[in-house]
Amino acid sequence: MSNWKTFINGLWKENPTVVLVLGTCPTLAVTTEAINGLGMGAATTFVLVFANIFVSLLKNFIPDKVRIAAFVVIIASFVTVVDLVMKAYTPALYSALGIFIPLIVVNCILLGRAESFAQKNGVFPSLLDGLGMGLGFTAALTIMASVRELLGNGSIFGHSFGFENNMLLFILPPGAFLVYGYMIALTNKIKSKQK
Amino acid sequence: MKKLESTLPNMVLSLLLICSIMAAALALVYGATKEPIAQAYIKGENDAVKEVVPAFDNDPNADQWEADGLVFYPAKKNGELVGTAVKTFTESGFSGRFDVMVGFLPDGTIYNSKVLSHKETPGLGSKMSDPKFHDQFNNLKIEGNLSVKKDGGTIDAITAATISSRAYCDAINRAHAALTNNNNTYDSTSGATKGGQE
Repeated sequence: MSNWKTFINGLWKENPTVVLVLGTCPTLAVTTEAINGLGMGAATTFVLVFANIFVSLLKNFIPDKVRIAAFVVIIASFVTVVDLVMKAYTPALYSALGIFIPLIVVNCILLGRAESFAQKNGVFPSLLDGLGMGLGFTAALTIMASVRELLGNGSIFGHSFGFENNMLLFILPPGAFLVYGYMIALTNKIKSKQK
Repeated sequence: MKKLESTLPNMVLSLLLICSIMAAALALVYGATKEPIAQAYIKGENDAVKEVVPAFDNDPNADQWEADGLVFYPAKKNGELVGTAVKTFTESGFSGRFDVMVGFLPDGTIYNSKVLSHKETPGLGSKMSDPKFHDQFNNLKIEGNLSVKKDGGTIDAITAATISSRAYCDAINRAHAALTNNNNTYDSTSGATKGGQE
């Protein structure tokens, strides 16, 4: 697989959110406002890229039987780094994303990519895979959060369009499932046409 | 390089090394971000204080005092007390505890208030941050307890968020009660606390 294909793979063909349906917990929970979706996506992308690079570098050094434990230690360390850096330099975003940053540790996209891609491939393809998957995740989260914010609060990225009588349902948890379901349906529809 | 076999010494050694490297990296980052995190926290508190009391020229964070589990930030201009910001909280929000900063003038009137952090429902309880809701507390002189109209009070609750509105009143009442109870132990001219206050 060429480098370009590796990168594009995560954005569309194997998009972690709408095709692989991985990491749904943060997807459903943080997408109440577009800025939260973007912030969560950016933080996850950072961790994903560095975790992939490290796993790929250390792949021959990690014995098979303890590989999951090693991956989790690597991922958890990078999450803690993101947590501390965000607390120090972007306190507003940190207070909005709150408990979801530590939850990146258990986001199965990270372990999934380490297991199925980074430990079998070189450093550069792993970096591209992490970047592609991360951006695909970010794009899906941002779109989903924009839809929910627009329908539920009449604004996108905090810019109000001045609608009255918004559909609050879309900001509440059931709205997350509705929007998510329609996004997956739409993706499948487009994919089936492409074939 | 060939992949390491899964023998016990190999497994122990590789995990030990990975953990030590990561622990060292974390220690470095922790050390580097410790100071900025503390500063960001102080800046956040000071910005909130600035919004809820009239203009001042001292450092309220340095002059803070504590009583009844709340933190009080005295704001002074030319050495004279112009207001006190109280960092208060309530446990009765829709999603549990949230923090409110409320500023009182020296005569006990509310100057302004602001939600610091909350987990209330976006689009419902989060409207506590809208001026339309919290501005109705401004210039109020509390006698007894504040409550929403539904409970016979004077505050217009947010539509579909009566619980959050009640909780906001609760936080402000708590701040007011603590300020009234402790004001006699606080000497507003010297800025020092009397009578066993920390």
